[in-house]
Amino acid sequence: MAYDLSRYDGFSPDNYREESPFKIHGGCGLMGICDESGALMSGEEPIRAMAVQRDRGNGLGGGFAGYGIYPEFPDHYCFHMMYHDLRARDEAEEILRTRFTVDHAEPMPTRPVRGIHDAPILWRYFMTPRAEVLEELDHSAEDFVVSTVMEINARVDGAFVASSGKNMGAFKGVGYPEEIGHYFRLEDYAGHTWVGHNRFPTNTPGWWGGAHPFTLLDWSIVHNGEISSYGINARYLEQFGYACSLGTDTEVAAYLFDLLLRRHRLPVELACTVLAPPLWSEIERMPAERAELMRSLRAVYGPAMLNGPFAIVLGFNGGMVALNDRIKLRPLVAARSGSRLMVASEESAIRTVMPDPDTLWTPRAGEPVIARVKGMELPFHSTLHATPAEVSCAVTAADACHELEEVAV
Amino acid sequence: MQQTFVQPEFRVKIDYDKCHKCGRCVQQCGWGVYDFTERPIPHDEKCRACHRCVTYCPAHCITIEKNTLAFRDNDNWSADARKAVWTQADSGGVLLTSMGNPKPYERIFDKLVLDACQVTNPSIDPLREPMELRTYLGRKADSVAVEPDGTGGFRLAGDSGVARNIELAVPIVFAPMSYGSVSLNVHRSIAMAAERLGVTMNTGEGGMHEDLYPYQDHIILQVASGRFGLSPEVLKRAAALEIKIGQGAKPGIGGHLPGEKIDRDVSATRMVPQGSDAISPAPHHDIYSIEDLRQLIYALKEASGYRPVGVKIAAVHNVAAIASGIVRAGADYIYLDGFRGGTGATPQVVRDHIGIPVEIAIAVVDQRLRDEGIRNHASIIAAGSIRSSADAAKAIALGADAVAIGTATLLALGCHLCQSCHTGNCSWGITTQRPELTRRIDPEWGAERLTNLVNAWSHELQEILGALGVNAVESLRGSRERLRAIGLDEQTCRILGVKPAGL
Repeated sequence: MAYDLSRYDGFSPDNYREESPFKIHGGCGLMGICDESGALMSGEEPIRAMAVQRDRGNGLGGGFAGYGIYPEFPDHYCFHMMYHDLRARDEAEEILRTRFTVDHAEPMPTRPVRGIHDAPILWRYFMTPRAEVLEELDHSAEDFVVSTVMEINARVDGAFVASSGKNMGAFKGVGYPEEIGHYFRLEDYAGHTWVGHNRFPTNTPGWWGGAHPFTLLDWSIVHNGEISSYGINARYLEQFGYACSLGTDTEVAAYLFDLLLRRHRLPVELACTVLAPPLWSEIERMPAERAELMRSLRAVYGPAMLNGPFAIVLGFNGGMVALNDRIKLRPLVAARSGSRLMVASEESAIRTVMPDPDTLWTPRAGEPVIARVKGMELPFHSTLHATPAEVSCAVTAADACHELEEVAV
Repeated sequence: MQQTFVQPEFRVKIDYDKCHKCGRCVQQCGWGVYDFTERPIPHDEKCRACHRCVTYCPAHCITIEKNTLAFRDNDNWSADARKAVWTQADSGGVLLTSMGNPKPYERIFDKLVLDACQVTNPSIDPLREPMELRTYLGRKADSVAVEPDGTGGFRLAGDSGVARNIELAVPIVFAPMSYGSVSLNVHRSIAMAAERLGVTMNTGEGGMHEDLYPYQDHIILQVASGRFGLSPEVLKRAAALEIKIGQGAKPGIGGHLPGEKIDRDVSATRMVPQGSDAISPAPHHDIYSIEDLRQLIYALKEASGYRPVGVKIAAVHNVAAIASGIVRAGADYIYLDGFRGGTGATPQVVRDHIGIPVEIAIAVVDQRLRDEGIRNHASIIAAGSIRSSADAAKAIALGADAVAIGTATLLALGCHLCQSCHTGNCSWGITTQRPELTRRIDPEWGAERLTNLVNAWSHELQEILGALGVNAVESLRGSRERLRAIGLDEQTCRILGVKPAGL
């Protein structure tokens, strides 16, 4: 099964910007790698893994996200920004400076790379929310960051938040991923977790903001597929205040993870079950207690099911989760080598980075592959919580009376 | 007596060369169209074009034609409008009719088309892959709370399950039609079919005959303004209860079952005197406001051991705000009945001129409940009228959880939409209590036809889901992105939340 890269004349990590030797036509390509010991990897490794999957994209979008890459600012929210012009930068910075204390701001370090042109103005900001604004809005810091991202993306013409988490960042744009990786000098960064993506856009025009990974707070998502249930997923999210402004499936997947993991506090295994649930016929064969849980998850979260072909890697500070759709309509391969867990669209990508893995397998439909960095607290919880949405329970007397007026009009 | 000006609507023609003179047409006709003196002699004025005689004539020698009398052309005064005036000048009464609004209003379902997958996302073959239609009706939590189960997994915490939901194998249920308006054999047929299909039937406002008790887990018991057929005992039998506020065919008015249709059995089931008219008032006399509705919802929950309680309303102008109030009042589902919905008896003026299309009602109610963050608190059943699996798919895509079929149910049992249910003479044995007519429906036969119909539609729904590239109905539900409009104006598109084809 192993691909011997040396068989292909001229292949070496140094010339992968040339035509890839692999000719497997398909949709997008993706990868995720996590060193569960917390050891750091150079950004060169995810670039190599994506380069062999070059044919899975068409040069209209590539990108990466790295975690643990900003040890000098571990507790600051880092905003990676894209601006079409200076006016957009001024407007967005105005919003950022009113809401945050900006401790450091600089242009993104880049280098000229053949194939990359028309780049937007790229900046990054290391910031902490202003306590008085937080207090006034009565928001958690996370909700505050989310609302800032939404406001900039929706309101400031020509400005886009590429990432907004702590000790992480997204590096993406229009081009092949290896070109984008070098453009952003990823070899100068080191992270414990990386995700990468190669894009073959069919449903949205190739633009820098639309490249993957799509990120929000610490979450990053790379996705291969076209979610056939996009319409209802987006309408479901609107109820919780998420505005799906990009028109991409990946955005929807990212918001759903945010809703399920951060706001509804579901354990990651169950969040994956919501997105790619077992069949009713499988549920009926489960032990009673588990079947009841599954029935409830499907009934309550039916509109959140991601239906249609997808393979997704979700990165976060502390690990990553890879997931296939419920009937595995897109490829996903996983492997473990020592403390490293890696997933990719193609086995070739895995063998480029870990030529001789301890184990290599094809994850089953709807069965998540989870990597956790040792010693890092996960950004979600697995114990019982009150759900915030329950607060707006329908049948309080005040609500009914309020509604009465409306009906009476 | 003066001759009526209204001429027969149909002509009954018999090819006497082929006629066996067997008299079966005489026997089959519930309307008394035929006399028999050596051969059948039709009285055209009594014919309702129900085709019972045509269907059962062994010689196939009967045809029914329209009585195409020429009237002086007048776009303003149609022949029907003229006839209505003559009829009312004869009688001084309200014109009564049955079934749904037949007027040529826009049929929105017919201007919506569904999507299909090509290349970028694959379609799914329903003959080879699972294609799930199971649906839960009722209040659902906003989120699922879980707790560790002690073995590394998780279990449900608190009351976030769906134990109090109604499980449907497919998102198609039988619409309410009362025993009294239809015959017991019709009720038996529907109840048996509902059980076999894993869906529900609905008693309508006439109570639950004891013959239906074996199927009670698949029966929704209706609580209407007349409170017919209700007792603490029967409330506990039903799978769910439904407060009927209104009906699409006659929004804002009550019901009237003529005494002729109330025989001993109907009387016992409805708990009304035999032979006297059963009149349900226009409003519930204990519901004059939304807070009154809330009291009845909770009274019924208390009385029934906390069964789900739904509320059925006719689709009217302010339906979104009303529905929101109903959900906040504690209803587990809302039943939206569009102006095409059928009935066993209604004033024609009400049927033809009051109410709005169910397509619009689904769209605005679903959106309003989402805007208010309470969509999960209640399910939406849409009806009036669902004519095919395509209508069902479109209703679901607009936001309905399930659809209810009434007219289609009766059509499957032989109804020919002659709009004469209120007369109690249904030759097909459906909307009558005359024993010689009701025995025409064998419940076993009826159940099989209804099971066939719903199974056929379910297969078609699966084909549609497969073409859409999804394998569960919840991925179509409310997914208006998969609908496009052809020939609807911009405002209607906006209200429906559907883009025009091409966008």
